[in-house]
Amino acid sequence: MTLDSKIPSGPLAEKWTKHRAELKLVNAANKRKYHVIVVGTGLAGASAAASLGELGYNVTAFCYQDSARRAHSIAAQGGINAAKNYQNDGDSVYRLFYDTIKGGDYRAREGNVYRLAELSNNIIDQSVALGVPFAREYGGYLDNRSFGGAQVSRTFYARGQTGQQLLLGAYSALSHQVGLGQVQMNSRHEMVELVVINGRARGIIARDMVTGELKRFIADAVLLCTGGYGNVYYLSTNAKGCNTTAIWRAHKKGALFANPCYVQIHPTCIPVSGDHQSKLTLMSESLRNDGRVWVPKKAGDNRPAGDIPEEERDYFLERKYPSFGNLVPRDVASRNSKMVCDEGRGVGSSRQAVYLDFRDSINRLGKDKIEERYGNLFQMYEQITAENPYSVPMRIYPAIHYTMGGLWVDYNLMSTIPGLFVLGEANFSDHGANRLGASALMQGLADGYFVIPYTLGGYLASGGIDKTTTEHEAFVEAENSVKSLVDKLLNIKGKESVDYYHKKLGKIMWNKVGMARNENGLKEAIQEIRAVRDEFWQNVKVLGSADELNQSLEKAGRVADFMELAELMTVDALHRKESCGGHFREEYQTEEGEALRDDENYAYVAAWEFAGVGKEPVMHKENLMYENIQLSKRSYK
Amino acid sequence: MNLTLHIWRQKDARTKGKFVIYKVENVHEEMSFLEMLDILNEQLIAKNEDPVAFDHDCREGICGCCSLYINGRAHGPKRGITVCQLHMRHFKDGDSIWIEPWRARPFPVLKDLIVDRAPLDRIMQAGGYISARIGSAQDANTILIDHDTAESSMDAAACIGCGACVASCKNASAMLFVAAKVSHLGQLPQGKLEREKRVLAMIAQMDKEGFGGCTNTKACEAECPKEIKITHIARLNREFLRASVV
Ligand SMILES: Cc1cc2nc3c(=O)[nH]c(=O)nc-3n(C[C@H](O)[C@H](O)[C@H](O)COP(=O)(O)OP(=O)(O)OC[C@H]3O[C@@H](n4cnc5c(N)ncnc54)[C@H](O)[C@@H]3O)c2cc1C
Ligand code: FES
Repeated sequence: MTLDSKIPSGPLAEKWTKHRAELKLVNAANKRKYHVIVVGTGLAGASAAASLGELGYNVTAFCYQDSARRAHSIAAQGGINAAKNYQNDGDSVYRLFYDTIKGGDYRAREGNVYRLAELSNNIIDQSVALGVPFAREYGGYLDNRSFGGAQVSRTFYARGQTGQQLLLGAYSALSHQVGLGQVQMNSRHEMVELVVINGRARGIIARDMVTGELKRFIADAVLLCTGGYGNVYYLSTNAKGCNTTAIWRAHKKGALFANPCYVQIHPTCIPVSGDHQSKLTLMSESLRNDGRVWVPKKAGDNRPAGDIPEEERDYFLERKYPSFGNLVPRDVASRNSKMVCDEGRGVGSSRQAVYLDFRDSINRLGKDKIEERYGNLFQMYEQITAENPYSVPMRIYPAIHYTMGGLWVDYNLMSTIPGLFVLGEANFSDHGANRLGASALMQGLADGYFVIPYTLGGYLASGGIDKTTTEHEAFVEAENSVKSLVDKLLNIKGKESVDYYHKKLGKIMWNKVGMARNENGLKEAIQEIRAVRDEFWQNVKVLGSADELNQSLEKAGRVADFMELAELMTVDALHRKESCGGHFREEYQTEEGEALRDDENYAYVAAWEFAGVGKEPVMHKENLMYENIQLSKRSYK
Repeated sequence: MNLTLHIWRQKDARTKGKFVIYKVENVHEEMSFLEMLDILNEQLIAKNEDPVAFDHDCREGICGCCSLYINGRAHGPKRGITVCQLHMRHFKDGDSIWIEPWRARPFPVLKDLIVDRAPLDRIMQAGGYISARIGSAQDANTILIDHDTAESSMDAAACIGCGACVASCKNASAMLFVAAKVSHLGQLPQGKLEREKRVLAMIAQMDKEGFGGCTNTKACEAECPKEIKITHIARLNREFLRASVV
C-alpha cells in the first residue's frame, strides 16, 4: 500500500484555495439524495453535522452521552488559537503555521498545518456569529491570552470554559438542523462496528445503550469524530467515557492507525491522591501566563512553600528556558517537572508534584484580576484539594491529556478506507509529535466547519457508490460479530471487574509507555499487556444482560479495545528510535536531557495496518516533506 | 469512614423502583462522591450484585451528565458544584445518605439513578440558536460588544444543562434552563435579531414537554451548580412579554 497524502501541489499559501476550486461539487438538489453518518458530537462532529445538514445532506449523528452537548470538548478550559493578530504583536498565518510545526517537533505535514492556520481566523468569526461570548476588552474588542510554545498572544477564550462555549455554539447550530429535520440525532448510541461494502465505508452498527438493541445504519459516507484514546492509561484528563472503540474497530476493518505512540502529557494537572482516584483534573495551561513553576533547590526540603525563601527556590523553567520561561510547550514542561521530582525535589506528601505559584502575580495585578482570569479554575482546585491557591501555591504534576496519534487521513481527511473520514482528535493529522495548547479546539472546528463540507462533496461527486441496503451480508456479518463479542464478554463470568483490568493496563502504560520510554521497558510492556489481555478474556466479570442499560458491558467493550490498542502504541514507541515531542526515548537525548530527534531516519508518519490480535502489525511509511520550513533543533532556550 | 447508603434502584422505565440500603466501608475524605459510588459498585460486583447505574462523564463539573439528588438536594449539600465535584470530606463517619435520581415528570427514570433529559435538547432544537450560515460570518471584531455585556451573557451561557433546576423545582419548571439560553443569546447583538422568535418557540416547547411554570420559589437558583441567577428568569419574562406584544 502506498500512502498518498494528496497534498495539492503549488505554493503553500495557495494549496487549499486551489484544492477547493478543483474539488468536484455536489449540486444543491443532489445533496439531499446523500446520506452521511457522523459519529461523535464534540467540536469536530457537531460542527461537521451542522455544516453538512445546512448544506442539505441527510445526516445521522451519534453520541454515547445523553445529549450531544456533553461531548468531552465541553471540558476544554483555556482557549483556542487564531492568527488574527488583533494584538498587533506580529502574528500571522505563517507564524501560527510555523509555531505549530515546530511545536509538533517537525512531525506534521506542512500542507495540513498551513490550512489549519489559514482557517483559524474563520473559526473565531463563525463562533462569534453563533453567539460564543468570548472575553472582551473594555473597548469591546476581543481579548487574547498567551499559551505555550508561542511568543505572541493569539489565544481567544471564554473565561475558563472555552471548550464549553465553542461546543455550545456548534451544538446550537446542530440543534437548529435537528429541529429542521436535516440531522437525525441519536444520543445514548454507541458505534460498535463499521460496515465496509465493496471496499467503501457504508454504514455502522450502533448499540442503543438504553435497550441494548443493535441497529444498522446505512450511508454514503461515514465520519468518525470520536475523540482521543488517552483513557488507555486509565487515569487521564479525559472524561470517563472517552474511548477508542470507533476508530479501533475501523482500524481492524482496514483503516491504518498513524503514530499511535504520540501522546501528550499535560504538565499542569492536580496530582494523584490515592488508589481510588478515577480521573485526573487539568489545570489549564493558561495559568502559566501568571503562575510560576518552582521546586525547592534542596532535595527533601519539607518546609511549607511559604517558608522557603526566594533564594532557595528553583524556578526551573525560567532558569532553563529564559526566552519562553513558564510558557514552554507541554512536553518540555512535563519532562522537566518529572526530572526535578526524580531528583527528589518534588513537593507535597507524594513528592510527585511541583508548585505553580501565583504569589507574584497577585502582588502585581491584585487578587481581583487573578480571580477574573482564573476564578473557576481556582475554585475547582480548592474543591478537590481543600487548599486555597490564592494563599498557597498549587501543586501540579503531569498527566495524560491528549493523543496526537489517530487514524491516518489524507489531506481530504479520508482514511485508507474510501468513504471513511476522520475528524478532530480521532485523526492524526495536524499536531505531529506534540500539540500546542489551544490548537485542538481549532483543529476540531476547522475540520468540521470548513474542511469536510468541501472534501466530502469531492468524494461523493466522484461517484462509484453502489446502491445497497442494510440487508447486505456485510451488515449481517458486522451485527453478528458484535453479538458474539457481547456474548463472549457476558459469558466469561470471571472473578475481576472491568475496572480492575483497566487500572492494571493503565499502570503498565503509564510506567512503561508514558513520559519516558526505553527499549527494555517497552519490550516488557508488550509482554505485560498481552498477559493482562489474556487474563481479561479469561477472568473478567461482566454482570447483567445484553438487552438492558448495562454500564459494565459498555466499559468492557471499550477496555477490550484499549487492551489491543495498548500493544500497538507500544510497538510504535519501540520502533521509533528517536525522541520527538511527547515521545521521549531515554536512549535518545542530548546531554542536557532534551529530546534528540533523528530526522534522517524518522521524518515520517508510521501508519500501521492491523494483522490480527497479538500479531506484528505492518508499517507503512508516509515520508514528511518539508518544502517551506527548515528542520532544526527545537529550542525554547 | 463507614457510611449507610439508601439508593434508589429501578430496573427500567416500566418497572417500579425502591430504596435499597447498602453499607460502604473505608471511604476516604479525599474521594469524590462518585468515587465512593465506584467503590460501592466494585463491592457489588464482587458479590455478583448489579452495580448502581448513574450518569457521569467529565467528573469535573462541566459536562452536566452527573445528576444525583442527595439527602433531598440536587447535587448534594454544597452550593455551586455538581455532584462529581463533591468530596467526601463533607460527610462524616456513620452518616446515612439518601441518593435518588432527578424527579420530574418530563424526566422518566431509565435505570436506577439515570433519567431521560431529552426534553431539554428538544427545547434547544425549537429555538436555542442563532441562525448563522456557516462560512459567511464577517470579521469577529466588526461588531463590538462591550465588556460587561459579554460577561453578563457569559454568566448565563455557563449553564451545563444538567437539569438540577428542574429537579429542585416543586413545579418541575425548566424556566431557569430556558432563561439562561434566552439571556445568553438575547444580550448579544448577534442574537438580537431572532429574540422574539426564539423566546416564543422555546417557551412553547417547554410547555409541550410538560414542564411546570415558575412561581418564584428560587429553589433552582439555590441548587444550580453554576449559580445562574433568577434575574435571568426576570429577563426571560420580559422577553416573552415583549415578543408576545410585538
Ligand atoms: C480537560 C481538557 C481540557 C482541554 N483544554 C483544551 C484547550 O483549552 N484548548 C484546546 O485547543 N484543546 C483543549 N483540549 C483538547 C480538546 O478539548 C479535545 O482534543 C477536543 O475537544 C476533541 O474534540 P473532538 O470533537 O475530536 O472529540 P470529543 O469532544 O471528545 O467528542 C467525541 C464524541 O464522540 C462520541 N463518541 C466517542 N466514541 C463513540 C462511539 N463509539 N459511539 C458513538 N459516539 C462516540 C462522544 O459521545 C462525543 O460526542 C482539552 C482537553 C481536555 C481533556
Ligand atoms: S460528570 Fe460532568 S458535570 Fe459531573
